[in-house]
Amino acid sequence: MITYFKNVFSGLVNLCKGMYITMLQFCRPKVTEPYPENRKTRKQFERFRGELTMPHNDKNEHKCTGCGICAMNCPNQTITVTKNKVTTEDGKAKIELDQYLYDLGSCIFCGICTQVCPQNAIAWSTNFEHAVFTKSKLVKQLNKPGSKKEEKPAPVKAEPAEKKEAPKENNDKSE
Amino acid sequence: MSLELSGLINAIHEGLTGAIEAQWLVSLIEYVLVGAGLLALYALIALFLIIFERKICAWFQCRLGPNRVGPWGIFQVFADMLKIMFKEIIPLKHNDKLLFYAGPCIVVIGSFLTFGGLQFAEGVHGVDLNIGVFYLLAVSSISIVGVMLAGWSSNNKYALIGAMRSGAQVISFELSACLSMMAVVILGGSMNLSTLMEKQEDLWFIFQAPVPMLIAMVIYLIAAHAETNRGPFDLPEAESELTAGYHVEYSGMTFGYFYVAEYCNLFINAAIGALVFLGGWQAFHIPGCDGFNAVMDMCPSYVWFFLKCLFFIFMSLWVRWSFPRLRIDQLLHLEWKIMLPFSLFNILLVAVWVIIF
Repeated sequence: MITYFKNVFSGLVNLCKGMYITMLQFCRPKVTEPYPENRKTRKQFERFRGELTMPHNDKNEHKCTGCGICAMNCPNQTITVTKNKVTTEDGKAKIELDQYLYDLGSCIFCGICTQVCPQNAIAWSTNFEHAVFTKSKLVKQLNKPGSKKEEKPAPVKAEPAEKKEAPKENNDKSE
Repeated sequence: MSLELSGLINAIHEGLTGAIEAQWLVSLIEYVLVGAGLLALYALIALFLIIFERKICAWFQCRLGPNRVGPWGIFQVFADMLKIMFKEIIPLKHNDKLLFYAGPCIVVIGSFLTFGGLQFAEGVHGVDLNIGVFYLLAVSSISIVGVMLAGWSSNNKYALIGAMRSGAQVISFELSACLSMMAVVILGGSMNLSTLMEKQEDLWFIFQAPVPMLIAMVIYLIAAHAETNRGPFDLPEAESELTAGYHVEYSGMTFGYFYVAEYCNLFINAAIGALVFLGGWQAFHIPGCDGFNAVMDMCPSYVWFFLKCLFFIFMSLWVRWSFPRLRIDQLLHLEWKIMLPFSLFNILLVAVWVIIF
């Protein structure tokens, strides 16, 4: 008999506790993003993978060497890298990036390309408004027209060594 | 007191009697007017409650709720109403057609009939029956017949199980609701709602006898909530087990009837609770404080009534979005082993209270 009353009243108290919790939720600020209205003020998460970009500096220079590791690692063949063979002034043959094509339509946003890039030449932007009316517009050229590879002040010969080491490490990570 | 609706009603009545000589014609026109007014109120309350519930539910879940159609999404519910009206009513092959279509109609009729007995404001009510409380309780439980018919005639196992569960639940909880009403009737000394309103003019019943009335109110709220098949007591409609329960085979406006009746039952239960516990349309009065009472009287009586209803509806939604669903044995245990003994004891308590004070 005593346990019966105990159960009833403790049950009532517990119900009140539960309702107190939901009331706290009721008074909390709401998490819904009223999207098109707050377009200018909203903040996207920094690590959100919206679309692949190739950051260029002020002089219209990028870091891509055209090595093609990103294209090799891409699970969907989303990235196509075409290269040019150029002869430099001192007579050396050099490979230079011609076109860096990125097909947003087939990208699965896995992020392997940015992980394996030895030069950190590509990065994710948080832009997510991709809608277009024609599928062909989804294929984007990431290197801007007329852009060049950014020359490093460090000795040119040191670079190839770095190149060889870096991809190995990164490949292990991605696997 | 120009804000009160009773003046308008009297003006209409005098205008009609002045214009038309035949008394029967005046009465007929007035009946039609009252019926049309109540029907309009019925539909409007259902619409309002749908948007109210969606908003409150969203806020309890830290969302914003409908906010696209119109300001704060208030026109969303009209769009939904139009949609459900234009939807096709899918006929079934192997079922009892008459009972199948009678089900939703009986549900709506059952909840609409209660509107005739409610008192919406000072002097604004359909019929002032001398057994008003009894009428309200009796008529509001007609709906369960419609639910059982719907479940039976759908020729669907889920619908049948849902209807049977609903029947067991509503009939059980009806007991507690009626017994807590009986406590009020003992305190008020009448079943007539107008008399009950008069008795609550100075102090609402909940303040006249705080202990037994609080127990009665809590029991009534739980029982009424269970009767609407909502919240933690929604096992007749348990989606995960029964798809949608008794109305699984209904589509279009036949389903719309169940939907409207569900929301109106929510209002009716809140209204009955407000009428008998919180003084209905009576303003909040403290005996002795004339200045305070005068200020409270500035607010029209229908505003008081609907505010109290909203309070109870909000409580109902609060409970609904707080607790998980009960199992059928837990549900019947709650009714027969906890609420029924408590409400029987409460009647005794009220009787003693009335004798002593």
